[in-house]
Amino acid sequence: MSIDLETAARVAKLARIRVDEDALPALAQEFNTILGFIDQLNEVDVEGVEPMTSVTPMRLKRREDEVTAGGMQARVLSNAPDAREGFFAVPKVVE
Amino acid sequence: MTGLNAMTIADARDALRRGEVTSVELTEACLSAAQGAQALNAFVHDTPDLARQQAQAADARIAQGDAPAMCGIPLGIKDLFCTRGVPSQAASRILDGFQPEYESTVTQNLFDAGAVMLGKLNMDEFAMGSSNETSVYGNVINPWRRGNDETALTPGGSSGGSAAAVAADLCLAATGTDTGGSIRQPAAFAGITGIKPTYGRCSRWGIVAFASSLDQAGPMTKSVRDAAIMLSAMCGHDPKDSTSADYPVPDFEGAVSGDIRGKVIGIPKEYRMDGMPGEIERLWSEGAAMLRDAGAEIRDISLPHTKYALPAYYVIAPAEASSNLARYDGVRYGHRAALAQGDGITEMYEKTRAEGFGHEVQRRVMVGTYVLSAGFYDAYYNRARKVRTLIKRDFEEVFASGVDAILTPATPSAAFGLGEMTDADPVQMYLNDVFTVTVNLAGLPGISVPAGLDRQGLPLGLQLIGRPWDEADLLNTADVLERAAGFVEKPAKWW
Repeated sequence: MSIDLETAARVAKLARIRVDEDALPALAQEFNTILGFIDQLNEVDVEGVEPMTSVTPMRLKRREDEVTAGGMQARVLSNAPDAREGFFAVPKVVE
Repeated sequence: MTGLNAMTIADARDALRRGEVTSVELTEACLSAAQGAQALNAFVHDTPDLARQQAQAADARIAQGDAPAMCGIPLGIKDLFCTRGVPSQAASRILDGFQPEYESTVTQNLFDAGAVMLGKLNMDEFAMGSSNETSVYGNVINPWRRGNDETALTPGGSSGGSAAAVAADLCLAATGTDTGGSIRQPAAFAGITGIKPTYGRCSRWGIVAFASSLDQAGPMTKSVRDAAIMLSAMCGHDPKDSTSADYPVPDFEGAVSGDIRGKVIGIPKEYRMDGMPGEIERLWSEGAAMLRDAGAEIRDISLPHTKYALPAYYVIAPAEASSNLARYDGVRYGHRAALAQGDGITEMYEKTRAEGFGHEVQRRVMVGTYVLSAGFYDAYYNRARKVRTLIKRDFEEVFASGVDAILTPATPSAAFGLGEMTDADPVQMYLNDVFTVTVNLAGLPGISVPAGLDRQGLPLGLQLIGRPWDEADLLNTADVLERAAGFVEKPAKWW
């Protein structure tokens, strides 16, 4: 499996990371090196093996479905690059 | 006695309780050592005022009697831990200026036990790296050098600042985190002890997430006994982390008895790698001989899927990272890129993440995105999770056959020069974790113990891997190895 420039650009887009056109060849090359390394996994016979979902056999705890925290709007917003009138502010989303 | 900052936790605790020293004195000694060690670039956010306050409170508590073991002990905290009101940015530009409104459970546990925070420690960005060269704060320099050669060496990564700070006696101990070897590899490179406990032992709440199914916090210390003391204070069940185990925390220090007679130590043949330096091979055999002399049985074992651990890791860890790091979007915290006229929200995300993430982080997020994308999910991600099941099964079978612990080298080499791997492809750097990464995939506890020097005068470590939830037994075996190896060397001060 080889990654071409188009695939590299698509992955960058999916990851929401801007990559300049002229940086794509090097990026595709790095992907190919890493994926070439990962391809060793194809040597393993995984027939009938369950994919791991939890490394420790543990049942997730449950709790009552009730409000346990809240009422801290100022603290939630305190690190926002742009917060206005009690909200996170972002560029216009809908035209 | 050398400076107070050079003390172990155990000695400091005893001296504090006897009234021979105060936490304020210990803390001042560490603050001044850290002040004089800027050249190492280990501490990146200093919190001297907080440290002095905590030290005074600790002294008052000790005076009242009945203070916990960690009370008054000055620590460095890896920048991956969220600490309330103190910059916590995972060594990334994208979290520039972030000051959490909350405290991570592990640091809270340490503070509840009376520990003192000196400041935040440098690391690889988002804990992704093995040389501390991906940090927005710049490289950490290992206090160790190759004899008189002044070449700056890596302290390892990702907990490189923690390793350098402990080795250079800038603090009594430090917190680290370990996703593929990030406590054990830097501990080995810096001649200190580091333990990654069983997955679920320490709460991950408030620790910036890299790969959630692999990440664990642990102590980095000057002795195995110290690791036992500090680990007891760090771990415990936390309702805020659903994967945190609801098991009682044993008295790890009390388990260190020095008796390993009748224990079975496995030597896995698959860890004998082609091209492994003779010195490491020799150290490994010597370590086995030391445990045998202490009354353990040494047994050859096989972990047949070892070879596939790194490739599986480089699917699973980036996949989880791509998901975890999706939250850095320039909306809720940290850096937001300046936008051009007409830029919408997508441009904001793309520019913010391109500016905010360093090269290695971008690469891993994109690899993770690729292996999770439609059409490749089964071929890569699901296959890697199946291989992970097999890797864990290898260990389960070995433990079921009566093996108590497994002895391996900690790293395939001693510390290398900063910049030496710049031109290598990324996979070469990943090979640093070849002996440690299996342990994360299987969720097991692993400890790195300094065991000797190579011919250039650099420390080398041995790793012991234990049964899940049996850190107590693992620490006991590690203590025996530490005593037998008798590693007491310190880096000669040049900084």
